[in-house]
Amino acid sequence: MAKMRTVEILVGAFMAAGFVALFFLAMMVSNLSAASYSNGYAVTARFDNIGSLKVRSPVSMAGVRVGRVESIHYDQDTYQALVTLRIEPAYDRIPLDTFANIYTSGLLGEQYIGLDPGGDPDFLRDGDQIEHTQSALVLEQMIGRFLFSKAEEGSE
Amino acid sequence: MTSAKTSATPTSADTRADAPPLVEIRGLSYSRNGRPILDGVDLRIPRGKVTAIMGPSGTGKTTLLKLISGQLEPDAGTVLVDGQDVNRLGRKELYRLRTRMGMLFQSGALLTDLDVFENVAFPLREHTRLPEPLLRKLVLMKLEAVGLRGAARLMPSQLSGGMARRVALARAVALDPMMIMYDEPFTGQDPISMGVLVALIRQLNDASGLTSIVVSHDVDETASIADYIYIIANGKVMCQGAPGAIAAETSAWVRQFMDGLPDGPVHFHYPAAPLEQDLFGDAAGVAAITAADVADGEAR
Amino acid sequence: MIRYLGDQLARLGHTGLRAIAHIGRAHLLLIGILGGTPSMLVRPRLLILQLYNAGVLSLLIILVSGLFVGMVLGLQGHYVLSQFGASESLGVMVSASLVRELGPVVTALLVAGRAGSALTAEIGLMKATEQLSGLEMMAVDPVKRILTPRFYGGLLSMPLLAALFSAVGVLGGYFVGVGLLGVDAGAFWSQMQAKIDFEEDLVNGVIKSLVFGVVVTWIALYQGYDATPTSAGVSRATTRTVVHSALAVLGLDFVLTALMFGD
Repeated sequence: MAKMRTVEILVGAFMAAGFVALFFLAMMVSNLSAASYSNGYAVTARFDNIGSLKVRSPVSMAGVRVGRVESIHYDQDTYQALVTLRIEPAYDRIPLDTFANIYTSGLLGEQYIGLDPGGDPDFLRDGDQIEHTQSALVLEQMIGRFLFSKAEEGSE
Repeated sequence: MTSAKTSATPTSADTRADAPPLVEIRGLSYSRNGRPILDGVDLRIPRGKVTAIMGPSGTGKTTLLKLISGQLEPDAGTVLVDGQDVNRLGRKELYRLRTRMGMLFQSGALLTDLDVFENVAFPLREHTRLPEPLLRKLVLMKLEAVGLRGAARLMPSQLSGGMARRVALARAVALDPMMIMYDEPFTGQDPISMGVLVALIRQLNDASGLTSIVVSHDVDETASIADYIYIIANGKVMCQGAPGAIAAETSAWVRQFMDGLPDGPVHFHYPAAPLEQDLFGDAAGVAAITAADVADGEAR
Repeated sequence: MIRYLGDQLARLGHTGLRAIAHIGRAHLLLIGILGGTPSMLVRPRLLILQLYNAGVLSLLIILVSGLFVGMVLGLQGHYVLSQFGASESLGVMVSASLVRELGPVVTALLVAGRAGSALTAEIGLMKATEQLSGLEMMAVDPVKRILTPRFYGGLLSMPLLAALFSAVGVLGGYFVGVGLLGVDAGAFWSQMQAKIDFEEDLVNGVIKSLVFGVVVTWIALYQGYDATPTSAGVSRATTRTVVHSALAVLGLDFVLTALMFGD
């Protein structure tokens, strides 16, 4: 039947278009193309305050994303946040004394970890810990400090 | 054993009065929403004959066919088709029995998304694995039998009511069933297609040794092809016999039905309070039509 | 007074019992439909025909709606985000709303209106014209032969249509945001890719639309199969399909969202 053939062709085209759309969403819209958490190596870092850092927040060096936050835990012994970073395997020459900061992208943007390289000849490997960390800036604290210094200026 | 013989040679059925009927109904009762439709009906449909079931509209004739084919379950009574109790059968056995029954619905019930050829081919495709060329020949033969081979590629929407019914008939006999049930085959037909259908029902019955059950309220056409007639009203068999005997029946009710008289035991007026009371009496007069009045009127 | 209360209680009880009976019948029907799966797989042609009815025929409305929804999201999102100087996040906003919510939900609503109502009317009319009884009499189970392929047709079409809706919507948002309002194209895509997670967002969106596909087709088939076989009955059933589907989709969307993203 000629009609059935047309139907079959149209259904085939529909299904193909649907899968192309899914593929487009997976590749262009979502992070599947950059998904590589499973490989790469993990390093940990301790922060006094992580602000609103989340699992899967980006980890970047010089503004380039080099990895993601894999997990966040609270360490009861040190009263600190223990953050595990998953660094992509391509970036395997990050000095041992690298500095980890929690930055905010834009004024209201989300928080991410920025790595500032140090000068150590040895590089971070799987399971290492980043010793130098800087906590997140908490807005209320900043405003409080700002007001306090203004008040001090005024009293002089 | 004897049953197989009688169905194969319909003429011998006349000589053997004791041959078991194809369909035997005993004490069948059925009610819908608490309203009795059938009330203790006994019927015997002999093999190889055209049996007509007649009666006014809304007396459960179609319901009776649905009970015979196991689409509905009765409140009481048994339906034996070819010796099998329809309501005791499992789904599989019931379906197997139904492949040997054909039914012609009032509307034809053709599948609207398939053309005429595919509609007739449908039961064959569903129940057999015939090779395509053989199936084609078979379908065309069935269509030829109802005179619609030329319409094979039309869609059901392009057919007249009479043609649709003939296609449905070709479909009903596609699997060579042992019996066909016709649900109001003549309703809404012009005289020509009525004549065609009457001739077809008789021909199919005699040519292939079928057993036919015709449900209808078209008195003349039905009487002209039936070998035996049951008249049903108010859920009961009012009268039965060969067409000649029915014609000679003198009961007032049967005469009114057979001769189509406007007034008689069945009143022209739907039960109501007296006209004067309705027109000039207080509003309560309307409420005075009690349920008892209605029931009484129906019983007549 | 007591009598009045009794009447009201009786009415409530009657309504409740009827609702439970409906739910029971709907589940029995679903079991019957699923039972027809093997016999349908033997005849893939039936399924293809239903994919055509549910999928291909809904394509136009889905694509056009998706495009416009995406474009509106682009406009509105840009208006709000530019006030915070965050218009590069437009891509994230457009795609997150589409992939997580609007894609599955609006697609389900449109399919309920377009394909679901057609399904109910078709089944209801087949019942009214005795086609279903006719199948029964030909010893063909109408649930397996008619309803099962339609069920899978709707079920499989839904995620594909939702994906098309979202994809076209993202392109519409891109067209408005980047093409008309001057958002940087690189930021549009890279922010999107950084924030939209494959499993969290996309897979959950697909799961949502699969669930909606089941619910919408199920409701449509049940309403058609249960319809009073008259023209008034079929028209009421068609209306009920659209209303019940819309309510079920929106209600379920809340539940699914709470389960998936509510951590």
